[in-house]
Amino acid sequence: MLAFAVRRLLVSIPVFILSTFLVFLLVTWGADPLAQLKAKNPPPSQAVIDAMSNTLYINHSLLERYWHWFSQLFFHGNWGPSVQSGTDIGQLLRTSLTLTARLVILAMILAVILAIIAGVISATRQYSKTDYSITLIGFLFLSLPVFWFAILLKQLVVNMNNSLNWYWISTYGANTPGLTGWSAFSDAAGHLVLPTIVLAMSSYASWSRFQRASMLDVLGSDYMRLARAKGLSRRRVMVRHGLRTALIPLTTQVALDTAAILGGAVLTESVFGWQGMGTMLVNAINAGDFNAVLAWLTVAAIIVILFNLIADLLYGVLDPRIRNA
Amino acid sequence: MHDLPSENTQTTGNLTPSAGQIEREFTVKARTQTQLVVRRFLQHKLAVVSVFVLVAIVLLAFVGGALWHYSYTDITPDNSVSPSARHPFGTDNLGYDEFARVMRGTQRSLEIAFTVAILATIVGTVWGAIAGYYRGIADSAMMRFVDLVLTIPIIAAGALLGHHFQSAGWWALALVIAGLSWPAVSRIVRGQTLSLREKEYVEAARALGAKDSRIIFRHILPNVIGQVIVVVTILVALAILTESSLSYLGFGVQAPDTSLGTLIASAQTALQGGQWWLFYFPGIMIILICLSVNFIGDGLRDAFDPSQQRVRA
Repeated sequence: MLAFAVRRLLVSIPVFILSTFLVFLLVTWGADPLAQLKAKNPPPSQAVIDAMSNTLYINHSLLERYWHWFSQLFFHGNWGPSVQSGTDIGQLLRTSLTLTARLVILAMILAVILAIIAGVISATRQYSKTDYSITLIGFLFLSLPVFWFAILLKQLVVNMNNSLNWYWISTYGANTPGLTGWSAFSDAAGHLVLPTIVLAMSSYASWSRFQRASMLDVLGSDYMRLARAKGLSRRRVMVRHGLRTALIPLTTQVALDTAAILGGAVLTESVFGWQGMGTMLVNAINAGDFNAVLAWLTVAAIIVILFNLIADLLYGVLDPRIRNA
Repeated sequence: MHDLPSENTQTTGNLTPSAGQIEREFTVKARTQTQLVVRRFLQHKLAVVSVFVLVAIVLLAFVGGALWHYSYTDITPDNSVSPSARHPFGTDNLGYDEFARVMRGTQRSLEIAFTVAILATIVGTVWGAIAGYYRGIADSAMMRFVDLVLTIPIIAAGALLGHHFQSAGWWALALVIAGLSWPAVSRIVRGQTLSLREKEYVEAARALGAKDSRIIFRHILPNVIGQVIVVVTILVALAILTESSLSYLGFGVQAPDTSLGTLIASAQTALQGGQWWLFYFPGIMIILICLSVNFIGDGLRDAFDPSQQRVRA
């Protein structure tokens, strides 16, 4: 198992390096860090523009620029200068990431649990009324634009709060500044409720469909019938033999969807006014902040690769054939 | 990419008709594969209804605008009125007729979605088929590239490029979304191709001296079509949702032009102000399109691969 883990870890390092290069290409192509400067009125002198390009290291060849960025980041822990005034990218990234990580991890856990429950119930009662309602709800959430649902939910809760005169569930921001101890915790939890629900539901939809399909696949297999025939209880067969096998495809799917969840977080944060990764990305793109966008996408790539790694390891835990291969 | 059938599920079971149909099978003339698929699809009632809903929406979007008594650029004398016979979806602050705008927005969103679906399907299918057919180094290199593209969140890269190509119009946005969504298609096609290339009929074709391109396009791809069609439906839904999300963030379709996402983005504050119609109608339109497309996809999946449909013995 350890050898397996180490091997997988070593494989993901070149994937990560290549992925930073791809991201670098994408950002050089898609962001013009001098745009804001050039658009100033009156236009700045050529010397100012030259000085700026010098700071940003953009008057070099592509490979030189990539190497400069890469070595600065990995040998000096330096994300590079930002074109947004008073912004330190490393600092911004840390605060944004802690905020967003809270939301994303909670939402993923909630979505996985809900999806497993819904998928298993749906599959074991295929074509029942329960199955049809769960399927219908799944399809509805699959078709719902995340931000539309978020705005709707937000408005509902605003109305609810006003009529109940109880404001624990917050509709804006990530926390109220200036609180300490228990009240700070309770306040942060209240701010998390709505974004977590929105983000979880956007993934829940496809995962529950997926879990239903893989559970159905397992239920039809011979070893399930054998397990029942040798006298194991239905419950034990379902959990030990059925669910364990049926979780394997879901693990892969969850890891594959990590990128989509980060995208969903951008939208969710933008609706609920969180100063997290979403806001950071939107601001960086609008400012043409080359290094900030690059930092964002690099962190996203690390997260996606990390989740794929975790999924691979879980795969090993769930499926002995892979572990011992 | 959501809800794609994975490469390793559903291999059990095939086209065996259920017990009740077997007797009829012998008395009725033989059916082709296509006829079987169509028959099975027609049994999926929600999918059939969805086809009609989608056709109605497409007609409304592409023809409706020309027939309606307001254009989406007309400023009517009625400011901010709630839905009535004259303005079925109401009007906004400036007096724009929301029904005309929703029709126009739907047209734009559908154009983007269809373009994305077509481009991503073609690129993804060819890419996956070549990787799966040649295996070896070509396969590794091509699929590693796919893995790399999949590490980039579509919304983030779409926002970056959407911002950059803002002035280029809707087709640039469609290109960007397509460029980020084809890898999922290629994965599925590759998985299928890997198993199909070992089939006897492919070997027979090779023995007869068929070229690789002929084998791929004439013998392998037609047999992947079922899976690909299902993916196309998912792509359409995904493209509509991505387009509207990008437009909501301000990186998608821009102001004089309009799309469903742009309409919702501008109606955000309207909901608080009580103009619920500006918020609900474009949103419901997106849901209707995606729901019907998803149901059609579900029906097609069952029709092409009924293995999960049978009740367990």
